[in-house]
Amino acid sequence: MRWANARPPLLLLGAAAVGAFLVLLPIGLTILRATEVSGGQAAHFLLRPLVGTLLLNTVCLTAVSSALAIVVGTGAAWFVERTRLPGRQAWAVLLAVPLAIPSFITSYAWISISPALEGFAGAVLVVTCAYYPLLYLPVAASLRNLDPALEDSARALGCGPVVCFVRVVLPQLHPALLGGTLLVALNVLTEFGAFALLRFRTFTTEIYIEYRASFDGATGSLLASILIVLCLFCLMAELRIRGSARYGRIGRGVRRPASLHELGQIKWVVVALLAALVVVTTGMPLITTLYWMTQHGAAAITPAEVSPALLTAATLSSLGYGLGGTLIAMVLAIPIGFLATRYRGRTVTLVERTSYLTQGMPGIVIALAMVFLTVHYLHPLYQSSALLILVYGIQFLSLAVVGVRAALAHAQLGLEEAARSLGLNVFQVAYRVMLPLAGPGLGAAAAMVFIAVVTELTATLLLAPIGTQTLATQVWADTSTLAFAAAAPYAAIMMALSLTASWLLARQFGQSRVGDPAQSHQPSQISDRTAPVA
Amino acid sequence: MSLLEHRWSRSNFAGLGVAALAACGLLACTPHPAVAATLVLYSGQHEQTVNMLVSAFEKKTGIGVKVHSGDGPEVAAQIIQEGTASPADVFFTENSPEIAMLAEKGLLAKVDPSTLAEIPSKYNAPDGTWVGVLARENVLAYNPSMIAASALPASLMDLAKPKWKGKIAIAPSDNDFLPLVNAVVVTHGKAAALAWLKGLKANAKIYDDDEGVVAAVNRGAVATGIINNYYWARLQQELGKAKTHSDIYHFSHGDVGGLINISGAGVLKTSKDPKDAQRFLAFLVSAPAQKMLADTPVTFEYPLRPGIAPNPVLKPFNELQPPAISVSQLGDDASVVTLLHEAGLL
Repeated sequence: MRWANARPPLLLLGAAAVGAFLVLLPIGLTILRATEVSGGQAAHFLLRPLVGTLLLNTVCLTAVSSALAIVVGTGAAWFVERTRLPGRQAWAVLLAVPLAIPSFITSYAWISISPALEGFAGAVLVVTCAYYPLLYLPVAASLRNLDPALEDSARALGCGPVVCFVRVVLPQLHPALLGGTLLVALNVLTEFGAFALLRFRTFTTEIYIEYRASFDGATGSLLASILIVLCLFCLMAELRIRGSARYGRIGRGVRRPASLHELGQIKWVVVALLAALVVVTTGMPLITTLYWMTQHGAAAITPAEVSPALLTAATLSSLGYGLGGTLIAMVLAIPIGFLATRYRGRTVTLVERTSYLTQGMPGIVIALAMVFLTVHYLHPLYQSSALLILVYGIQFLSLAVVGVRAALAHAQLGLEEAARSLGLNVFQVAYRVMLPLAGPGLGAAAAMVFIAVVTELTATLLLAPIGTQTLATQVWADTSTLAFAAAAPYAAIMMALSLTASWLLARQFGQSRVGDPAQSHQPSQISDRTAPVA
Repeated sequence: MSLLEHRWSRSNFAGLGVAALAACGLLACTPHPAVAATLVLYSGQHEQTVNMLVSAFEKKTGIGVKVHSGDGPEVAAQIIQEGTASPADVFFTENSPEIAMLAEKGLLAKVDPSTLAEIPSKYNAPDGTWVGVLARENVLAYNPSMIAASALPASLMDLAKPKWKGKIAIAPSDNDFLPLVNAVVVTHGKAAALAWLKGLKANAKIYDDDEGVVAAVNRGAVATGIINNYYWARLQQELGKAKTHSDIYHFSHGDVGGLINISGAGVLKTSKDPKDAQRFLAFLVSAPAQKMLADTPVTFEYPLRPGIAPNPVLKPFNELQPPAISVSQLGDDASVVTLLHEAGLL
């Protein structure tokens, strides 16, 4: 698949390095700014009781909501994957939907019905609702791929179903559970909007408070540096688990699909529980938003009024930035993906890994670093649309690279070489061989980035050019003064965009399939894929 | 089923191309609002108030205004960082210390004397670099079902005493809290102010902003809360009298707790359009604009132009008994954030 020994062309390496450089830039700037604070001042600032509170808040929230997500996610995954639950296919889709709802909208939905949800309890609720799919999805995938022979042996040796699950299945789910927990932790660390609305104090909200007090003061960078370290720690741990921990199986023989358990009498209890879960996680934001749309917002508390003209303008600018950000992310990601699928070596690994760092970079940290850079040194870019789009590109580079890599992996080198030997030039190969093969994957990657950009809040808030309003900034302006009714139309359009794009993505490019004995997971035949070339 | 089996036709790529073009098109048109913008207003005032003023100004003069909103201290710091390249023409803020800071740094041009003359001089910058537009009062919101009016403290300083433990809410990260702390520093000295803040830290439930404080008092989560009167009036407007379970208490006899915050506006020296910027300031203090601010149920601040009656839900301006602190004594509140850090409130 790879040109193992060939050196990558300099042009390609250079193009890929641009993305890596842009990722490292905000990290470097943040740390540089943090070192501006004198040692004594920094110690004074960081050893405040508040920083301890923030750490404790973050750790407790991660622990409690991960525990809940593990229970909910694993339970749901087991019932969907391993039992004869009515409507398994539908559940598999419904249970993943919360990922397409921006978490600050979930936050908006809960806080608008009860201010009592401010603080820790609300944060646990929102984080669990928004992020349990991060455990559900990997656990479901693991359950699908487990070799049931082990369980059969355990049962044959006298283990009951519960003992068998605890002693045989659960240990095999360990990597999925741990990886999912770290992803929840990473999201808790980087989330801003959801916690700001819930008045729950974490590092991101505190950095924003520093920003509000002093624009780009160096003390904010101190907090940001700690946050970067925490995020990188989670990210590294997660990558390590994903890379290494596999429960091996000797031999590559055909695996029998797991037999599905009969649920009998409790079938409808389980259906009711799953329905409740879907109502709480997905129905709740939708219903609350619709409810607020029927209410009249008092002008006194409404910063962003609602009118068809304003709604259209905000929607158009969200779409415009979404497309622009996607374009930049893809342009940055394609050389990295190409490099990673076709070449090896230390530089290649370094560039690729660097691009993954953005997954653990809070939007507020990137945005603040870029504000500092442009206000002092690159003034023409300051407050420009171009800067915001560039920041989107940086923020969602890892998302794009993952997708691009997967897409390019399908465009096998052999086919390309064959096309070249048959007389096609580089461009013809790219257009007639590479694009048809990698196109769907590239499209999926672009769609994912688009969804992420349209629902992005933090960087938009800090970097949107003067006079520009997007759906996210309007929801933010209204909800921060508790004008929930005025925020509703903006929130509704945002959810509609995100859900529609996700639905199209899922329908077009792949379905969440549940383990079906009849389905084989063999890659399709090459002849099938080359059809458009002919 | 999988990515591989999807047939990807060339028309899809044409689609992508169109999308990319559309992106460029959308971006080219979105940053420009319908009115040709000439003035850039950096605002730390409430967006709903500013929106109302700006649209009235645009209608009256035909001059477009682009607004950049944020918190007062943030926007002021932003102007300082932007330096001579700042796109701002006008700075309009909620509390005087932020604009006083810009004046100290020599970033503000002199306001037209005719504009300054519209407002009593004690509410303007002593050096004429900014004009007072609106005022708001610091008050204590309380929930009568949790505490009797007679049990409320005579002085703001009392709230640091142990008997107020758990009975008081504050929002130290709200920019309205800073001038109040600053006033305590001015009247009682830095050491006393720090001790007071530490007492508050021990006693208080902390909220993010005044909106949070007043809502908590109203629903009975805490007995009292330090806010600007504005937020209580706004909550009452939103909920209606029936659902308002709280009231406000005015600190009197010149106690520091009754501090009046001045919202002011000034023109940047670096403004590219100082003439229109001065026109905007003149508009802010003009009788129609001040009357509009007093009459709408959108803002609940005192208009500073003499002869304009404030919103009837507010206690008449001349009945307030604020501390004798002038805007120049209040100055900027640069040192207050350090004090709040020291007390563990930020």
